[in-house]
Amino acid sequence: MIRTAGLTKRFGAITAVDSIDLDVREGDIYGFLGANGSGKSTTVRMLLGLAYATSGDISVLQRPMPKARADVLPMVGALVESPAAYSRLSGRANLSLFDSMHSTGSRRTRRPRIENALDRVGLGGVDSRPVKSYSLGMRQRLGLAGAILRTPQLLILDEPTNGLDPQGIREIRDLLLELRAQGTTVFLSSHLLAEVEQMSSRIGVLDQGRLVLQDDLATLTKPTGRTAIKTPDASEALRLLPGATATQGGLLVKTDDPSSINATLVRAGVRVEALGPERRTLEDVVLAATQISADSIPRS
Amino acid sequence: MIGVELQKMVRSRRTWITILLINALPTLVGVLLALTDLGPRPGTGPAFLSAVLSDGTLFPLAAIAIVLPLFLPTAVAVVAGESIAGELQAGTLRYVLVRPVGRTRLLTAKLISVMAFVLLTVLVVAVSAFIVGSLLLGDQSASASVSGTTLTTEQIAVRTALALAYAVLSMLGVAAIALFLSTVVDSPLAAAMGALAVLIGSSLLLTLDAANSLSPFLPTRYWLSFIDLFRDPILWRNVVRGTGLQLAYVAVFLGAAWANFMTKDIND
Repeated sequence: MIRTAGLTKRFGAITAVDSIDLDVREGDIYGFLGANGSGKSTTVRMLLGLAYATSGDISVLQRPMPKARADVLPMVGALVESPAAYSRLSGRANLSLFDSMHSTGSRRTRRPRIENALDRVGLGGVDSRPVKSYSLGMRQRLGLAGAILRTPQLLILDEPTNGLDPQGIREIRDLLLELRAQGTTVFLSSHLLAEVEQMSSRIGVLDQGRLVLQDDLATLTKPTGRTAIKTPDASEALRLLPGATATQGGLLVKTDDPSSINATLVRAGVRVEALGPERRTLEDVVLAATQISADSIPRS
Repeated sequence: MIGVELQKMVRSRRTWITILLINALPTLVGVLLALTDLGPRPGTGPAFLSAVLSDGTLFPLAAIAIVLPLFLPTAVAVVAGESIAGELQAGTLRYVLVRPVGRTRLLTAKLISVMAFVLLTVLVVAVSAFIVGSLLLGDQSASASVSGTTLTTEQIAVRTALALAYAVLSMLGVAAIALFLSTVVDSPLAAAMGALAVLIGSSLLLTLDAANSLSPFLPTRYWLSFIDLFRDPILWRNVVRGTGLQLAYVAVFLGAAWANFMTKDIND
């Protein structure tokens, strides 16, 4: 659905996006992770033809961007960075206005499409007050309604849960999963690991403009092949198990046969609280792949 | 997209407040003239103002002559300066562009919407001036042309319509300059101020004899040439030049706006 080859964006001497090769497949919820300032938004803008790449190729829905933007963008729904609307108009009037700018559906279906989109984002009962009186969460929902107004094949969402409370985040997550079940591919850019981990099937990690990681979530968090043992008698256990490394409150040992290790420990009278395969969390994976936070400036 | 922009312009409260404010000055002038009966001596003050005491139906022209040098271009600069930079600042520009609305289409729609605003303003000013003029000011129907001969009511009507059209056309240059600046800077205020600076510079150069060779190219040079439409016979030369000049400004600055906007990254 989205493929880029050597996509690069430079602003003067700064390389914001450095030769990235994205591969988003049909049916994915693709979690595009990266710290603030890592180049996520710039990448999203290039995918949508808002900013122009310095070099590299982009294809969205199997068509080159930004050349084919007039054909591609009608099938794409987008939320770019923050939601925006004409603040003096109501939410409905905004959706109607945006729909009339370029519509794939007929004018007659506009009303029901707008009401349906509002219902899906939980704004069905909103009255005619202007958007400037909306809370950030409501604006975010309105932005999402605008993105799904045309039932797009591809949703490109930049920080979609920004400004939402926990219930709101939950609702949006359910909405995205529902859309995915209906065949929409979702490209979700976020700096919130937990959010991405709960929804995504595939992950890409951007660090200082470079794509340092891109794989299925299941592959990234599969067991590492080591066994984690939790025990109060760590030093005793270390002596019994050559090659084991001590961790906080236990140790890690590389083995093909965890049950024999358990037997060894128990036979020697070592108390075992827990024993199981070591799994890396997404956070571990991402932190291992990335460097310092982009918005921290340590003394050198 | 043109329809959407027109709809936004007409439905905006700001449009109507601006028009109301522009209209306030000529209305005040008309009322003052009627109350005091003190017209400027012929040949002084804004064009046609000396004639309206005898013929109130000329007041729309006087009203246009009053708003044309400053009020109208200021409003045009603000509205056109707002067009792209305002949407950029509000963040709506990126959503308009991914809708998708082509950048060329958007620019064209914006310019048309600005010109529709000018047309609306000129019409409102002319109609209310006509009402003020016929109710409060002189009702001598047969009017003298600027050349001294007499014009029939029909001639006056046709020439007034031409003059209004010319006044609208005169604003094309400012609109195009402000639109161009609006694609360059991020702030709608800066774009409007930039366009106004060009106009003030142009007006100043027109008063300078040393700048005589420049004057045929200055955007404000032929603004008041619609007076020539009331000579007998009509003196077309400056009106035609003025029209040509405004079209040239549109060609140059709309072209520049297009070239700049097409290659611009929207990174607000």
